[in-house]
Amino acid sequence: MIIATEGLTKRFGRVTAVDGVSLRVPAGVRFGLLGPNGSGKTTLVRMLLGLVHATSGSIEVLGEPMPRRASAVLPRVGALVEGPAAWGHLSGRANLRLLDAAGPGRARNRRRRVDEVLEQVGLGGVDRRPVRAYSLGMRQRLGIAAALLREPELLLLDEPTNGLDPRGIQEMRALLTSLNEGGTTVVLSSHLLPEVEALCTTVGVMDRGRLALTSEIAALQAPTGRILVRTPDPAGVVGLLDGQVVGRSGDLVTVTGTDPVSLNARLVRAGVPVSGLVEERRTLEQVVLELTGAGSDRVERRTGSGGSGSRGSGSGGPGSGGFGSGGFGSGGTGPAGSGPVGPGSGGSGSGGPGPAGSGPVGPGSGGSGSGGPGPAGSGPAGPGSGAPGSGGPRPTGSGPVGPGSGGSGSGGPGPAGSGPAGSSSAGPCSGAPGFEGSGPAGFGPPAAGGRR
Amino acid sequence: MIGVELRLLLRKRRVWLCWALLCALPTLVAILLATTRLAPPPGRGGAFLSAVVSNGQIFPAAALALVIPVFLPITVAIVAGDTIAGEASAGMLRYLLVRPVGRVRLLFAKLVSIAAFVLLAVLFVTVVSYVVGVAAFGFGPDASLGGGGSIPSLSGVELTPADVAFRTAATVGYLALCMLALGAVGLFLSTLTDSSLAAALGVLALVVASAALQPLDAAAAIEPYLPTAHWLAWIDLYRDPILWTDVREGALVQLGYVVVGFGAAWANFGTKDVTT
Repeated sequence: MIIATEGLTKRFGRVTAVDGVSLRVPAGVRFGLLGPNGSGKTTLVRMLLGLVHATSGSIEVLGEPMPRRASAVLPRVGALVEGPAAWGHLSGRANLRLLDAAGPGRARNRRRRVDEVLEQVGLGGVDRRPVRAYSLGMRQRLGIAAALLREPELLLLDEPTNGLDPRGIQEMRALLTSLNEGGTTVVLSSHLLPEVEALCTTVGVMDRGRLALTSEIAALQAPTGRILVRTPDPAGVVGLLDGQVVGRSGDLVTVTGTDPVSLNARLVRAGVPVSGLVEERRTLEQVVLELTGAGSDRVERRTGSGGSGSRGSGSGGPGSGGFGSGGFGSGGTGPAGSGPVGPGSGGSGSGGPGPAGSGPVGPGSGGSGSGGPGPAGSGPAGPGSGAPGSGGPRPTGSGPVGPGSGGSGSGGPGPAGSGPAGSSSAGPCSGAPGFEGSGPAGFGPPAAGGRR
Repeated sequence: MIGVELRLLLRKRRVWLCWALLCALPTLVAILLATTRLAPPPGRGGAFLSAVVSNGQIFPAAALALVIPVFLPITVAIVAGDTIAGEASAGMLRYLLVRPVGRVRLLFAKLVSIAAFVLLAVLFVTVVSYVVGVAAFGFGPDASLGGGGSIPSLSGVELTPADVAFRTAATVGYLALCMLALGAVGLFLSTLTDSSLAAALGVLALVVASAALQPLDAAAAIEPYLPTAHWLAWIDLYRDPILWTDVREGALVQLGYVVVGFGAAWANFGTKDVTT
C-alpha cells in the first residue's frame, strides 16, 4: 500500500472535516479522489502530507507512519495542494531552484533537473519574467513541475488541471499517464468527473468527511442489466416486451435484459424498427451524484415546512446513462403516466427534492412514472400531484449502488393505476436514461408538491 | 534553507527600500544641519547632534540615535511580521513544509534572515552616515591632513579613531541584538496569523506599549524588562571609560526576548495545522 489510513478523523472546532476515513491506495494505480466542495478531500491530502495533524486515526504513506517520519517520507512525495504557489517576484526557474535548494538532497544537477521538469510540463522555453506575470495555466504547470522535481514515487495532486485549457488538460493527462507507467503512483483530486474518468484506474468518493466508496472505475461502469432501445415505435416495443419494460421517455424505452444482440434480433423479427440499442452503463457522474450530497458551497434556504428538502431543486436524478438525452427531469407535477402506457413517461423525474434524491444509482429505476412501474395499461394516472419523492434530503447511500435497483427510489408510487394520489412519484433517477446524453437531467422547478 | 532564506531576503525590493529609507533619514538631517548650521544645543535634541557639527566622525552615533526609537523598529516589524505569515499568504508555506523543510529549521532560517536584515540595516546606517557626516562636517578641528582627527567622548576625553571604530562596532552589535529581540517577537506573532500586516502591527504595538510604560513610576518594577528599556544603553559605549553595566544588562534582557520569542514561535508553529 502506498497510502493506508485507519479511522482518520480531523475536527476543526465543532466541524468534522474528515470522519473515520480508512483509505487504501495500492502501488502503481492512478487514484482519483472525488467529492463535492467541502467533503474533506483537501484536508485529507493535507493530513497525508503532515500539514494538518489528525485528531485521531493513523496514516501510513510509502509504508512509514506520518507525520512522525515526514522527513523520510516527504522527499519521495511530490505534491500540489490547493493550487500552485510561487514567490511572485522571482522567475519560474528561480522558484524551482530555490525550492529545490530549500529541502534536503544534493544540489548536484539542480540546473539540469529544473530544466527537465520545466520541459516536461511544457514550460521549457520560459523566460525570466517573474511568476506574478504568469497566466493561471502557466502557474499550474509550474506547480506540477515543482511536484515532479525530485522524481517522486508518489504524486499527490489537488486539482491538477485547474486553469488549463483543453490542450493543456490533454498534455497533463498524457504526462501523468506516462509517469504512472514509469512506476509513479498518482493520486489526484478533481471535480472534473470526465477528467477523472479518463485518467484514473481507481476512484474514492468522499461525502461530508466520509469515504463513501472506493472502487475500480471499470467495476463502477459495469452494465446495469438494462438495455436502452431507441425506436420510432415505442408503443410497439412496449407491446412486444410487455413486462420487461421499465421505463419510457419519448422514443426511448428501457428494457431489462443483458443481451442486446438477442433483443435486437427479437425486435427486428417482430418488425419493430430500432434506431439505437445499447447496454445501459452508469457514468461516474451518476455514481458520484448518487453518493454525495450537495457541496458545502451550496447554502439552502431553510423553510418552515416540516417537510424536509422541500425545495427540491430536483435535478431529477442524474439520468444520463447510455445514450440519449433522457427527456425526464421535467417539473414534478407533470401528469405523469399520461400515456396509455403503463410505466408512465419516465418523465416526471425531478420534482423530487434533493439532488439525486436517494434513488438508486441505477438507471432510471423505472420507478418513476406515475402509477408505479406497473405494466402497461396503468392508465392515465391521475394528475400526478408530484408526490414528494423521498422528501428527505437524500439519505446517504440509501440507494443501492447496484445496478438494476429498479425500485423507484423512495416515494414509492402506488401500485399501478394509482389514482390521483400516487402519481408522478417524482422518483429520482426516474426516467429512462436517455440516449447519448448525460448531464444531470433537468433541474426541476422548485418541486411543486415537493412537500409532504 | 538558511542560504535560500538569505537569497530570498536579498531579492526582495521591500527590504532594499527599508534599508534605503533608513539611510535617507540621517542623510536628510545631515544636509539640513550642514546648510543651516543650526545644531541643537548640548543636552537637547537627539544624542550627539550638538557635537556633530564640529566633527563629522561622530555622526554615525547621532544617526543611530535618530533611527532607533521609531524608524528602525518599523522596518524590523515589517520584515519580521512577513516571515511566516508572508509565506502562508503566498501559499509557499505548505510547499516549503512538504519539500520538506522541518518546521524548526524553517523558523531558525527565518530568525537568521531577520538577524541578517537588522545587522545589515544598522551597518548600512553607520557606514552611510559616516561618509555623509565626514562629507558634511569634516574630520573635526584638529584633524591632521588626510583625515582621522581625534573625537571627543561624552565624558570629554578625546578618543582615537581606532577607539571610536571599536566602540561603533560594539554599538552596531548591541543595536542589532536589540532589534533581533524585536524580530523574534515578530516571528512569533507571524506564526499566529496569515496576515503580515497584523503581525507587523503587533510588533509596533509592543514597542509603543513598552515606550508608554517606561517613564511611568508605577511600572518601575517591570521597567528593566521592557524591550525598549535598554535601547539607549549603547550611548554609554561612548563614555570614557566605557560604562558596561547597562549594556550588559540590556544585552541579557534582549537575549531573553530572542529566546522567549523563538521558543513561543516554535511552540505555536511546531504542531500548528497549516491550512493556507
